[in-house]
Amino acid sequence: MSVDIVVKKGLNLKLKGEALLDTEIAEKALKFSIYPSDFHGIYPKLIIKENDIVKAGDIIFYDKNSENVKFVSPISGKISEIVRGDRRKVLEIKIKSDGKNSFRKLSKVSNSDPAKIIDFMLDSGLWSFFKQRPYDIIADPSSNPKEIYISGFDSAPLSADYDYVTAEEKINITTAIDYLCKLTDGSVNVSLRKESKSFLRALDNINICNVSGPHPSGNLSTIINKISPINKGDVVWTLNLPDLIIIGDAILNRKYNAERIIAISGSSIESPKYFKTKIGSCISSFLKIKHENSRIISGNILSGTKLDLSGHLRHYDNEITVIPEGNDYDLFGWAKPIFDKFSFSRALTFSWLFPNKKYDLNTNTNGEHRAFVVTGSFEQIFPLNIYPMQILKACMYQDLDEMEALGMYEVSPDDFALTEFICVSKQPHQDIIRKGLDLMKKEIG
Amino acid sequence: MSIKSKLHVIKEKFKGKTMAPAFNAFHTFLFTPNDVTTSGTHIKVADDLKRTMNTVIMSLVPCLIFGIFNAGYQHNLAIDISNGIDTQVSLFGNFLTFDNLMIGSIKVLPLVIVSYVVGLTVEFIFAVIKGHEVEEGYLVTGMLVPLIVPVDLPLWMLAVSVVFGVVIGKEVFGGTGMNILNPALTIRAFLFFAYPTWMSGDKVWVHDAVNRSGTPEAISGETILGSYAQNQDIIYSLSDMFYGFIPGSVGETSKLLILFGALFLIFSKIGSWRIIVSTLLGALVMGLIFNVVIDSGIINESSKFYGLMSVPYWQHLLIGSILFGAVFMATDPVTAAQTNKGKWIYGFLIGFISIMIRVFNPAYPEGVFLAILLMNVFAPTIDHFVVQSNVKMRLNRLKIKNI
Repeated sequence: MSVDIVVKKGLNLKLKGEALLDTEIAEKALKFSIYPSDFHGIYPKLIIKENDIVKAGDIIFYDKNSENVKFVSPISGKISEIVRGDRRKVLEIKIKSDGKNSFRKLSKVSNSDPAKIIDFMLDSGLWSFFKQRPYDIIADPSSNPKEIYISGFDSAPLSADYDYVTAEEKINITTAIDYLCKLTDGSVNVSLRKESKSFLRALDNINICNVSGPHPSGNLSTIINKISPINKGDVVWTLNLPDLIIIGDAILNRKYNAERIIAISGSSIESPKYFKTKIGSCISSFLKIKHENSRIISGNILSGTKLDLSGHLRHYDNEITVIPEGNDYDLFGWAKPIFDKFSFSRALTFSWLFPNKKYDLNTNTNGEHRAFVVTGSFEQIFPLNIYPMQILKACMYQDLDEMEALGMYEVSPDDFALTEFICVSKQPHQDIIRKGLDLMKKEIG
Repeated sequence: MSIKSKLHVIKEKFKGKTMAPAFNAFHTFLFTPNDVTTSGTHIKVADDLKRTMNTVIMSLVPCLIFGIFNAGYQHNLAIDISNGIDTQVSLFGNFLTFDNLMIGSIKVLPLVIVSYVVGLTVEFIFAVIKGHEVEEGYLVTGMLVPLIVPVDLPLWMLAVSVVFGVVIGKEVFGGTGMNILNPALTIRAFLFFAYPTWMSGDKVWVHDAVNRSGTPEAISGETILGSYAQNQDIIYSLSDMFYGFIPGSVGETSKLLILFGALFLIFSKIGSWRIIVSTLLGALVMGLIFNVVIDSGIINESSKFYGLMSVPYWQHLLIGSILFGAVFMATDPVTAAQTNKGKWIYGFLIGFISIMIRVFNPAYPEGVFLAILLMNVFAPTIDHFVVQSNVKMRLNRLKIKNI
């Protein structure tokens, strides 16, 4: 089965520093960290304490609100520190690798009984890879998903090429898909670029979405909106294709192997390419940057998490992006003609003259935060059948009825990454939507 | 130490103090700040609101320069006419002259300066009181205001109305981005209702006409609209109207330069072409309806509305400030409709109502600013209905699913 999806509205931002399709095995990292904040909306309840010895796949904490959702260690070693913030909130769990890489033996699971599959996923910590719409949070294991969507490519600038990352992993991924197909009465949909030659095309138990068009064509919201929009009361589960490697590996080999091939990209990287490493590993084991004054991002440049030099690869991310920091003043930067930065307008900004130029952008905001003034630009790059400005404002003034009516069930924060990027008023769109979703989850459930 | 690092040190000193917004306003005028992204997208586009506002100001500068020369030219022309001399306009002969520039500068530049100084002072005070940064909104308003008032307007009246317009039109709603009414038009409306003798009639549109009235040196300061409204003959040719060699508000006369401004705004993606086009369409449609009424003989020459009703529909765009209003006033994104469909409806109604007021209100035939203010009030309603269609689509989808 396959369906063609053409996305017309969007923006392909071309940036310097794309990763070469060449993988290097990263040095074995000693320091690992797990950040509960990666798992949005959960309340971590630790079951280990400092100096405990853990194996890879051992449970570290679970969600207090949904006790069967568990989170596991990516590596064997010793819990070296538990960093806490205000009101003893757990910020980071540091693990020091013992270098042995011993695994907890997972139970055997067949693909006959959906309940048993879900139990297996929950017990092995794999459930963290299952997210749900609405709200873009870790899926509720007791919900009944209308459909399952798997993101088979990422269209954000400088993101990892999933076709390349998954090329060698056919067995693991097809196994994972076989199991996923048992979890829903609806179809399992996988998005692929129209020109992709992925082995997934040969599978007959999934629905392939052939997507063409600019970013955010790879965002699942865009695809769900075109295939079968989410209504009030619907739940769909979403996963990322590279995560299926870990899931398939766990089913077949009965171990939680948190290995990932990640793209190291961005204009501040000496030689951008792919590295094989593990979730949670310290980036200093493989990252070589050109200069100190750089922004290191786990994830893509539009929605990733800011890291410091000794930061760690975050749970869901398939790339580390490094770009120059922009912490400098610019004389008459608001008035002079601009050639070397990207702009969506033509107000003495000349990026429209060079549609194929690759830009080296830094983290400067290029202006101060203001109230929304300009109208009509978001709609040109926002592919969903939703009024972006109106829904953002509804979130800001917290009108739940209006948020629901305007389509909050269909969106996730990263859908608003592009509108945030082009926003002249420098408003934090993704943050506004995230808070809006959290409020709806709390009030409506 | 360079200026950059010196200013940086001062900025750090001011941080968190009451006067920080005032210092930052000047600092960010010189240097775009060193702020970096913290969460969300790690990169941002090159444009900020200052650049957006600056683009609008740039598109207004030709109108301002023309307005300065025209103020002098109209003054000299009126004197010539009262002396019985018949002059023809010639761009380099008697228009772009030093004499015109001097008269115009003395009259127009003080309007610009008073508008900016008073308006920005109010903005600074509110920014310091409320502890937010000085917002750029007034940069455009401050430029628009001198262009839409008569040249002889006393400066103290301008100052009073600017204070009123900025405080009541904008700050009470929460500042730039929150206002319902266009601040520049609020200022003009205040002037019109508070000091009507200085905003309408046949004296105020040419420099010195008011002073000289009743004396042997009296000159006329009548606009074309005024003449039409009184069913008088029009002494200006169509090309004069198009190029702008006619009396009127300071910057509104040259249709050619307004069109240049419009093209610049549309090209730079700052102005909404939907609003501009639909406003002009609305005006044309209303004009056409009046023409049909005249042609069918329902209204005849004895009617006081005959003069303006019988204007060929397309000539309405050359008279008065409808074009200026459509390009620079109706397009203000904060007070206009915000959805694309809404913009079409909003613009069309502005044009339509403008010409209606123009024809039926002979005392003050310029209805554009009232029409825009009226539609400013209704813009959220228009948007509401446009957005409701999206909401209904979603509800219908849910209903079909539940059947």
